[in-house]
Amino acid sequence: MGLENIFLGFQIAITPFNLFVAVVGIMLGTIIGVLPGLGGANGVAILLPLTFTMPPTSAIILLTSLYWGALFGGAITSVLFNIPGEPWSVATTFDGYPLARQGQGGQALTAAFTSSFVGALFSTVLITFFAPLLAEIALKFGPPEFFAIQLLTFSSFVGLGGGDPLKSLVSIVLGFILAAVGLDIVTGQLRMTFGFVDLMKGFDFIVAVIGLFGIGEILLSVEEGLSFKGTRTGMNLRVVLDTWKILPRYWRTFVRGSFIGFWMGFKPGGATPASFMSYAFAKRFSKHPERFGKGELEGVVAPETAAHAAGVAAILPMITLGIPGSPTAAVMLGGLIIWGLQPGPLLFQEKPDFVWGLIASMYTGNIIGVLMVLAFVPFFAAILRIPFAILTPLIVVVCAVGSYAVHNSMIDIWYMLIFGVVGYVFKKLDYPLAPFVLALVLGDLAENALRQSLIMSQGSLAIFVTRPIAGAITAVALFFFVLPVLTPWWRRLRGTPAQAPSAGKT
Amino acid sequence: MRAADLATASLLILLGGVVVFDSVRIGIGWGTDGPKSGFFPFWLGVLMIATCGAILLQAWRRAAQKPFVTRERLAPVLTVLWPATAMVVLIQPAGLYVASALYIGFYMRWGGRHGWTAVVLCAVGIPLVTFLAFEKWFLVPMPKGPLETWLGY
Repeated sequence: MGLENIFLGFQIAITPFNLFVAVVGIMLGTIIGVLPGLGGANGVAILLPLTFTMPPTSAIILLTSLYWGALFGGAITSVLFNIPGEPWSVATTFDGYPLARQGQGGQALTAAFTSSFVGALFSTVLITFFAPLLAEIALKFGPPEFFAIQLLTFSSFVGLGGGDPLKSLVSIVLGFILAAVGLDIVTGQLRMTFGFVDLMKGFDFIVAVIGLFGIGEILLSVEEGLSFKGTRTGMNLRVVLDTWKILPRYWRTFVRGSFIGFWMGFKPGGATPASFMSYAFAKRFSKHPERFGKGELEGVVAPETAAHAAGVAAILPMITLGIPGSPTAAVMLGGLIIWGLQPGPLLFQEKPDFVWGLIASMYTGNIIGVLMVLAFVPFFAAILRIPFAILTPLIVVVCAVGSYAVHNSMIDIWYMLIFGVVGYVFKKLDYPLAPFVLALVLGDLAENALRQSLIMSQGSLAIFVTRPIAGAITAVALFFFVLPVLTPWWRRLRGTPAQAPSAGKT
Repeated sequence: MRAADLATASLLILLGGVVVFDSVRIGIGWGTDGPKSGFFPFWLGVLMIATCGAILLQAWRRAAQKPFVTRERLAPVLTVLWPATAMVVLIQPAGLYVASALYIGFYMRWGGRHGWTAVVLCAVGIPLVTFLAFEKWFLVPMPKGPLETWLGY
């Protein structure tokens, strides 16, 4: 294992076509990350239909590059416009925007991009070594273990998500219910269609992602009356080189952020808490904590490193276990299935060229990405100067096109619109959207794992406890599920006041 | 905010009820070769009703705070929503490209008060680029109407 595999990967990732695909992906991704209403998840969803005819490896390189681009793009809006494009960019605005206001936007952006790159690279290196090991272990997993992992995935949203645990649970259940609509592939029976032909196909999560995150986000941003008052970038080669001279000083923050990011990131919804946690740690260990929030470069380095390390780490469970760590990874997982690949540990044995091409492209993609965003920041920032009355219909049209292209069906455009309104209402009422999307994607897989487990055990739920690996995972999952009940109780016991709910919710 | 919370939870309970009802219809027990089709959705429906019931209680006990959305705030949301809905309605008879051209043009003129030159340029240009990208390069067909038929597509 190891070296010759990654070497094989690089041979695939460095072909001219795949490099071209990566450049296109990063370009589009950064634009998508900068635009309000479009982010990694729905950007990938909209482009997914265009990849149906491409070779799978090039297709995944396009989509992952788009994802890296969107991650970079989020930093641009956070620093220059004080608008976090993604939830995990929120912490970047704390010090990024003050820096930009002081005329040091170029410095802040260079720091943000470089930190993103370092965080991403760190996670990629870890994935290179850990992914084959994890896949090896996962090969021994049966249906009970997979169901237990699903349980763990969703329990971490309820227990660690930071929002209202009841509402997280509702989002998960709603996703599973919508996933069950249509034909039951095991028995061939129609479920919850009530005689409507259109419901037979069920709900496609790609359409849901486009509606929830695309249309819903647009509705939210017009309600908040967003106006883009940007500051100048002030970006040139001198600034970049000067900032690079300062950055090694923060090596501790880089290391800390990378570890926090990777550790939080391969669990679902980890990028946002990781960025906040990294920021808090940097502030606590800093010699000048009072400078944080007023334009401290370290306050940009910390959250960006962690957010990108987490964003990349979300790919790890997707390729090894077939369970995505974030909505964007969920959409990519959907892509794998459409391209005819079976996500999960077998991928390493059956499609090594795909897996290692993907991993190698994570190196090349991030290197290309950081160079491109550094070079083209003024161009990307100019996108936000497009009047809102042009951007809004443009994004709606792009969303409609993307929804239709999934199945060539008109009803999907209507679903997109409905999901948009649902996304708007849910966001306002604090129902988290990420677990909903993940449940919609994983619905069939989870149900099949549960059914097969029950068949193995003749209908006894004890199978999830008696098998050692499944039992351990189930125990952790159950602990997360009851965590929201335990925490207030524990605090009362120790007599500490209840904490304010954390700002991060994904 | 409270009213919206109560309404959403009630709606979801209703949905849970529908799910439970349909699952019972197709069978929630043990079939010849494992759990029947209704088994998984049934328990999801039950969980949904229970959780939303708890949310209802939670929302009921909490004092009404800020409103879900004020009238002034809702207006811009609706100005985005109804033209978008109109466009989706129009796609069926007119095709996606014509519908989006009309939509972009209308929104820019009415919502953004842009000059006619900019309106026409964007309203024609954006759908044209979309057309070239999807129909020509990526060969992903979009819904088309009489205009495209007349042009020979």
